[in-house]
Amino acid sequence: MDIVNQLQRQYVDFLSSLYREGLLDDQFLQIQKLQDESNPDFVNEVVTLFFEDSEKLLHNLAIALSVDQQHVDYQKVDACVHQFKGSSSSIGAQRVRNICVSFRTCYDAKNLEGCLRCLQQVKDEYYLVKNKLQTLFRLEQQIVAAGGAIPIMG
Amino acid sequence: MPQTKELLHVLAVDDSLVDRKVIERLLKISSFTAVESGSSALQYLGLDGEKSSSVEFDRVNLIITDYSMPGMSGYQLLKKLKTSSALRKIPVVIMSSENIMSRIDRCLEQGAEDFLVKPVKLSDVERLKDYMLKGQGEDDKVKAAYKRKLQEDDPSSQSLSKRPPLVN
Repeated sequence: MDIVNQLQRQYVDFLSSLYREGLLDDQFLQIQKLQDESNPDFVNEVVTLFFEDSEKLLHNLAIALSVDQQHVDYQKVDACVHQFKGSSSSIGAQRVRNICVSFRTCYDAKNLEGCLRCLQQVKDEYYLVKNKLQTLFRLEQQIVAAGGAIPIMG
Repeated sequence: MPQTKELLHVLAVDDSLVDRKVIERLLKISSFTAVESGSSALQYLGLDGEKSSSVEFDRVNLIITDYSMPGMSGYQLLKKLKTSSALRKIPVVIMSSENIMSRIDRCLEQGAEDFLVKPVKLSDVERLKDYMLKGQGEDDKVKAAYKRKLQEDDPSSQSLSKRPPLVN
């Protein structure tokens, strides 16, 4: 019992810190609410889709922005960032979403340097939240393996 | 009479895979089809004029579509649906990540039942079941007028519903 309590407390502390630091917002809680006995892996499934989608988008963005100023396809950049903004917003990855918002001002202004800076920032934020979410899932697995239930945060 | 025991069939249109997964779960309805574009939606419903419909279109109880999609936008899809004598009675709900009043107005005027601002939440979706279950007795324009809402006032509820409370 003690180990379960310890793990559960760790989980709550960790998840709380993600909200506190603004990495996740309320939408993540909404996503968690959709998980139940009939869909026990829902959060993991959606987040995995998000990871796959995001990595494709980052790859496409890197390609779109790897050319010289005159040849940048800003419409393509727009399409990618718009999608990234949408998906990060849908799972509650707040900081990623916020970078996408500032990214838009850069490509609207056709500012290649600004875009490259934003790309780096969005990559950093994405990998950070990815890392944190993977840690979160590992904690969940440990709790379940130890016979406990994953705490529901209100 | 609403047949609550009947399977409800929802068609969701969104180019984002993540969003299709979320909407599917939000709706929690037994019969659900998701497609990734307006043209796929029309094909599915048998409106593309080339193939015959892959479903009896009077079995689709609700169409929920993203606004911004490559190719055909949600608004363009809405227009096509509302000008089709076969499909215009199916309630259509638009989703958008952007909360733009003129966009909302345009969609409602074109016959959309509701306009949800993304990310879509459980509370937004709760009401969708009402559209699917009720009959077509109400005057559409009256419904649209009551749905106008200043979304800036109520950040907790991002879709059109009752007027927000004045005191929190």
